[in-house]
Amino acid sequence: MSWMFLRDLLSGVNKYSTGIGRIWLAVVFVFRLLVYMVAAEHVWKDEQKEFECNSRQPGCENVCFDNFFPISQTRLWALQLIMVSTPSLLVVLHVAYREGREKRHRKKLYVSPSTMDGGLWYTYLISLIVKTGFEIGFLVLFYKLYDGFSVPYLMKCDLKPCPNTVDCFISKPTEKTIFVLFLVITSCLCIVLNSTELSFLVFKCFIKC
Amino acid sequence: MDWGSLHAVIGGVNKHSTSIGKVWITVIFIFRVMILVVAAHEVWGDEQEDFVCNTLQPGCKNVCYDHFFPVSHIRLWALQLIFVSTPALLVAMHVAYYRQETARKFRRGEKRNEFKDIEDIKKQKVRIEGSLWWTYSSSIFFRIVFEAAFMYVFYFLYGGYHLPWVLKCGIDPCPNLVDCFISRPTEKTVFTIFMISASVICMLLNVAELCYLLLKVCFRRSKRAQSQSNHPNHTLKENKQNEMNELISDSGQNAIAGFPS
Repeated sequence: MSWMFLRDLLSGVNKYSTGIGRIWLAVVFVFRLLVYMVAAEHVWKDEQKEFECNSRQPGCENVCFDNFFPISQTRLWALQLIMVSTPSLLVVLHVAYREGREKRHRKKLYVSPSTMDGGLWYTYLISLIVKTGFEIGFLVLFYKLYDGFSVPYLMKCDLKPCPNTVDCFISKPTEKTIFVLFLVITSCLCIVLNSTELSFLVFKCFIKC
Repeated sequence: MDWGSLHAVIGGVNKHSTSIGKVWITVIFIFRVMILVVAAHEVWGDEQEDFVCNTLQPGCKNVCYDHFFPVSHIRLWALQLIFVSTPALLVAMHVAYYRQETARKFRRGEKRNEFKDIEDIKKQKVRIEGSLWWTYSSSIFFRIVFEAAFMYVFYFLYGGYHLPWVLKCGIDPCPNLVDCFISRPTEKTVFTIFMISASVICMLLNVAELCYLLLKVCFRRSKRAQSQSNHPNHTLKENKQNEMNELISDSGQNAIAGFPS
């Protein structure tokens, strides 16, 4: 089980998406998943090893690192990618359910199982809303956890067992800031694409009615 | 998602590319992506671990490393390769959209004489003309812009393409001006120059492809203009013949008005 599994799962979603949905999928694959795998993951690889505090007190570095990074940015990024990709599977499941129904009743119940009408339209809409919700939720979580989207080079720490307020230095803060900003920008782009697709679907429905 | 998946997607565009485009895709994947994955990662693997400063002051090494390498070379190359490959996705999307529209028309019964079945539509090589020409040319233009931009960023960030073996660093918390030593500077310089040369070759290939596409369009237009200018007398003669035929048929009908039709 690796990122290839998610990629294969999502490739199936492509068939049942609208045009904007396909652009969203391309953005997620290329600018988020691929960038995460080939670049971002390696930036955070040695984050704890290279985290250094100006104290020889054993345990001080561990405690300070844990306080500043309750969850690593790179793990949060991975969680965000998984949570944001999975609502699209609702659509795949619904189409599979329709195909199963047609097989059971042995007659044509729908124009085609993947035509976006009736229940499938609602499923698609709900998946868009949930995706957008997750994106915004994770961005807010990122902002709250790390006090903004930039990684400082120095943090002051005075937790036990550190003897006083010590300086702690983070490794590669500039590179990490660049990748966090990249994450935020691609996240916002995906939110814009999802909102556009949502409005387009609702507008199309109004015109039909 | 990894370089293999990107290769699969870009490889799909290969079918509809010009010959220069096909050479470009080969150069990108063999001389840049492969070199990045098999060699550059090894060379830059221990870059921070083996970056040593002549001081025991905690935090000095971190701060100096961050100052001299705001973004690592391999990450910058990886981003460059991703950005340079993505315009090709525009072409892939355009071709997919064109095929979808053709398949829709085929299902309605409009293009039955051009294709045998829907599989035929999928296998057909789409020609680079009309709106696809614009998409393809824009993708090449963006590729050139991205290559140039990244090369400039590289030059600007590292003050050239050569890595020194020692750097002087006096940023807080370093107590004074300390010497900091980069690991494997010569090997890194060799790979940097290699990647930059491959970048330049790719840029030249893109420029050549763009010129080729422009020449092709100009040549096609001049051929069309030439064929129109060769046949104006022929068109005039045809029109006169049609008028005469109409007059003959009208007078003929008047002559036989007495007979029932």
